[in-house]
Amino acid sequence: MKRFPRRRRITVWLPFALLALAVLVAPIPRLVPPQEREITISLTQFEFSPARLRVNQGDRVTLTLAASDVVHGFYLEGYGIEERIEPGVTKRIEFVAERRGKFRYRCSVNCGALHPFMVGELIVGPNIPFWRAMGLTLLALAGLLVYLQRTGAGYEEVVNESFEIEEAA
Amino acid sequence: MSAQRRTDLLARYPALKRLLLSRAVQPVPMLATLAFFALAVLAGLFGTPAGSRNFGIIFVWIVWWALLILLLVPLTGRLWCAICPIPAPGEWLQRRGIIRRTGGKLRTLGWRWPRRLKNMWLQNFGFLGIAIFSTVILTRPRVSAWVLLGLVLLGVALSLLYEKRVFCKYVCPVGGFIGLYSMLAPLELRVRDPQVCASHTSKDCVTGNEHGYGCPWLIYPGGLRRNIDCGLCTECLKTCPRDNITLNLRPAGSDLLAAQEGRLDEAYKGFIMLGCALLYSVVLLGPWGWLKDWANLERLPYWALYALGFLAFNLAILPGLFWLAAAIAHRLSSGKSSLRRLFVDYSYALVPFGLAAWIAFSLGFVLINGSYALAVLSDPFGWGWDLFGTAGVPWTPLWPDLIPFLQVGVLMPGLLFAVWIAYQVARRHSDTLPQAGRAMLPVTGFLLAVTLVFLRLYLG
Repeated sequence: MKRFPRRRRITVWLPFALLALAVLVAPIPRLVPPQEREITISLTQFEFSPARLRVNQGDRVTLTLAASDVVHGFYLEGYGIEERIEPGVTKRIEFVAERRGKFRYRCSVNCGALHPFMVGELIVGPNIPFWRAMGLTLLALAGLLVYLQRTGAGYEEVVNESFEIEEAA
Repeated sequence: MSAQRRTDLLARYPALKRLLLSRAVQPVPMLATLAFFALAVLAGLFGTPAGSRNFGIIFVWIVWWALLILLLVPLTGRLWCAICPIPAPGEWLQRRGIIRRTGGKLRTLGWRWPRRLKNMWLQNFGFLGIAIFSTVILTRPRVSAWVLLGLVLLGVALSLLYEKRVFCKYVCPVGGFIGLYSMLAPLELRVRDPQVCASHTSKDCVTGNEHGYGCPWLIYPGGLRRNIDCGLCTECLKTCPRDNITLNLRPAGSDLLAAQEGRLDEAYKGFIMLGCALLYSVVLLGPWGWLKDWANLERLPYWALYALGFLAFNLAILPGLFWLAAAIAHRLSSGKSSLRRLFVDYSYALVPFGLAAWIAFSLGFVLINGSYALAVLSDPFGWGWDLFGTAGVPWTPLWPDLIPFLQVGVLMPGLLFAVWIAYQVARRHSDTLPQAGRAMLPVTGFLLAVTLVFLRLYLG
């Protein structure tokens, strides 16, 4: 096998770094006009039903929460909402889904063995954080592949190059 | 791997060397962890059945687990194995002492471990055996306590029958994955000059001398090339009369390409660990209540289906998909290596990837449930005590909004590291660089697909 170029080609990464920056900061407007949404969630050991909610950014959401077996809690990440839900007593929660992304709602009152894993998901679309993460991952991988194909950077080469830099310093 | 890239910590820090030469350096932390362990078992057996209020659940499966997977394994490799309380009673019984080097033979029948079991298969199946019950073990204090006690008793029994620490090396289900991921750690115990060992005939590191015991992990330090084999007990450091043992800082992941040929048992350990991280992310962190019911042994037939699916995914589906990727890579490479060899060698890319997956999964429940630790610290048994005034601390999830981004921040470097390892393996099995560049692509595709599944679970 022939010898490979030693110097890392930073320039290979530059276009990918710029693209990654664009993926991170590109403004993405609201795509759907806000709506009123009324959703009923029932809480039982150890499940929310429905377990996944999809709304759009700007929607005014009204949740009606009802526990059917034991006392549960409802804690919604990202929105600072927490309620205690007694069996037979419904609770209504209203909020505007301003923040995009995926937010978990969890039981916040010890309700049994699997209480820590009683989870539901609220997806406020468009789910920009998810698509940004996908874009970044694909770009980082593409950058690495191009870097490897261009430089043939191998284990020993990387190690020796680093060592020489250390010695020179 | 260039030896110059190592930093000899004991030469640079003589105080560290003096500390490690002390016979107390291992037993004292072991005694401390054993005290916590005993409390965890007692709380599990006699404390409240509410897992989130029981020291045995919170301190083992959240506090210890967070320390292990987020800090100790990535940074120090097998350091936990050196201070783990589980083999302590067995080892101290063997030695008839705790700190001082006792004379005479070890108290054991001294049987040799069977050759066909000198691998990770027992650890693989042991881990899977625990994993299919993990939803119950993680949430029921009493079950958790019996599992921990069972591991101690097994350790004691094996120490009475077999030589040294065969339990840790060949049986412990936790030690198996710590060993696998220790190959990534930037810390290693190695000899300074293998020639010194080769010319030294008495091999005190193997036989032991008045300063310490022969290697409890049954290795010859002069031939040590990978962290997976070394428990960092530092007995060899104490016994070496030539001052040829040291601790090095090194580039992370140095061991992954150290072996000329990979091993199928280690490859499967990689699949099982990745598969479990993925399945736990679905079952425990996902919103599907019916799946939690199945895993929770609510109804036996459903649990049996779950267990069957769990085992099939880890032992057949995930390795099968990887085999497919290796088969395509085989067609794209020089053909000088067998498909089996490629399958095994490429699987070492799963080591950094799997550890990243476990860290990402663990962040998802450790940060959410970590605050329970404050309450159980004051009331370990859930009996209404308030020892330190923290029993009333409410459940407070830590940075819940940030967790998905931390998970991405861990998964992405894990993916890139894994792809880089796959490329190094491809180079080893290819005649030219362009060929290596093509041959790595199927495994890269596999790794990317699994990453996207994780992203979908955590953010999508």
